[in-house]
Amino acid sequence: MPFTPPPVDDVLAGLADRFGTLDVSVYRGQTRVVVPADMSFDALAWLKERGFDLLVDVTCVDYLEYQDAKHRYGLVYLLASTATNQRLTVRVFVDDPDPTVKSAVPLWAGANWLEREVWDLFGIRFTGHPDLRRLVMPEEFTAHPLRKDYPLQGRGERHNFPVITRDHS
Amino acid sequence: MSIATATFDTTGPEAGARSEDYLWTLNFGPQHPATHTTLRLVLKLDGERVVDAMPEMGYLHSGFEKIGEHLTFNQYVTVTDRMNYISPMANNVAWHHAIETLLGIQLTPRCTYIRTIIAELARISDHLLSNGAVGLDTGAFTFFLYGFYQREVIYDIFETLCGARFTNSYTRVGGVSQDFTPLVIEKIRAFIRTFPKTLNDMERLLTRNRIFVDRTKGVGVLTKEEAINASATGPVARASGVTRDLRKDEPYLAYADLDFQVCCASAGDCYSRYLVRMQEMRESLKLVAQALENLPAGDVNVSIDQRVAGPTKQQVYSSIEGTISHFELSMANRGFEVPHEESYAAIEAPNGELGFYVVGDGSENAYRARCRPPSVLHFALFPQLIRGHTLSDVVAVLGSLNIIAAELDR
Repeated sequence: MPFTPPPVDDVLAGLADRFGTLDVSVYRGQTRVVVPADMSFDALAWLKERGFDLLVDVTCVDYLEYQDAKHRYGLVYLLASTATNQRLTVRVFVDDPDPTVKSAVPLWAGANWLEREVWDLFGIRFTGHPDLRRLVMPEEFTAHPLRKDYPLQGRGERHNFPVITRDHS
Repeated sequence: MSIATATFDTTGPEAGARSEDYLWTLNFGPQHPATHTTLRLVLKLDGERVVDAMPEMGYLHSGFEKIGEHLTFNQYVTVTDRMNYISPMANNVAWHHAIETLLGIQLTPRCTYIRTIIAELARISDHLLSNGAVGLDTGAFTFFLYGFYQREVIYDIFETLCGARFTNSYTRVGGVSQDFTPLVIEKIRAFIRTFPKTLNDMERLLTRNRIFVDRTKGVGVLTKEEAINASATGPVARASGVTRDLRKDEPYLAYADLDFQVCCASAGDCYSRYLVRMQEMRESLKLVAQALENLPAGDVNVSIDQRVAGPTKQQVYSSIEGTISHFELSMANRGFEVPHEESYAAIEAPNGELGFYVVGDGSENAYRARCRPPSVLHFALFPQLIRGHTLSDVVAVLGSLNIIAAELDR
């Protein structure tokens, strides 16, 4: 039988008490809770207090072409507890023209590079991030390539790379 | 902020532009033999002491996650090989573990055991190289060669198993590409017999070697709190006293049936990370031996009625279900039933928690194929580990973190 993580019902109840009714769904034993963007930092801080001390991942999904999607970007915070092995996925939805969410770096140092990567590839701005630079793309790159409106083969950036000769290097 | 004009935080009473004037900036990488991979460090030096370091990555970025949105679940496994050239089998297992979680496929017992065996062999080959590289960078060349010879034996097993030494692409949705043959089992048994001797030799060469211990003990210390706060996983976290191991905490594949121990240390320095990896190889060997001797009989792929794993030639030519299944899986408008859902599944890869967050949109391609790479989070730790140590410690710390640039940049 596939492993199912320990239940998180009490955490969800506490979360609902503190932040009002939230949209909770379960798929394959994984509990997801949707938190409004303006409350995301407080909710993450509250969850960290309640024992979700490990930030497993921060990532994002661009729902531009997704069926029945109501929002453009869905941030994913995968949390886990090193003591109880509980897992919880926190979803935060943001939209154009100004996809912004408060940075989780004050809570977890590990969020630093993960948020830089999301900024780099999706263009989500994290307010309060100490060093929001591109992580994998070159600094002079302007697009955010994991967005769905960015073509697979790029927009010709590669072909327009300046060629540096030995004389001019 | 450009890297050339970056200001480094030199905390202290005289911090400021003037007092920094004597500091020396050294560019380390991206092409440097001791980085082992394509990554770059900008080091701020006070004489030989590292005041600060600025890691820089992206030199090997190939848009793997974008490619993952355009390849089918079975095609993308070839890309996961390239994501980690030290233990590609583990990445294969992780990717299809995530896909099977999304699709809700239950593997056959034989398949879970086979995947467990190859994942553990991959762990041994990873730890041989990463510990070997630490040894190599601190001057122990023989140790590295001992490790590399045994990696060659594991390559040989994989070659016998699936035809590829390096980029194996061994797993498939709902199964694996080839079943174990008697020859593979014989080769793994021979490896189980001979490897402990090499492992003992390696331990005798390095574990109590005065030069090595002096170079690594107390260097790059990561406390337990820092490790959790920085999302470190795998041997790096376990060397700091974090007892998290997904094989025990969230048993996947056949790990619930097998007896093994989680290897931890508490010092959190380079030497502890070395010790944890050495001990993990012994535990992995135990796991391989147990799984191999208890390998269940039966089919390796899930039943053809489920229409996920490709049928064998025998089934295609001799049964109607096989023919239909073969037809449906190869037609562009048929194939898997993928839910409009998303899920995350992770395995304890040699380097830490390697997970894939996969979004399904009804088609055979993932809508989003996020890889949770352990290397990124470990590389981000580098400045805090190296501060205050000497330039020669850079390679020891870097080696002990086992940064794999292809996984780092994807």
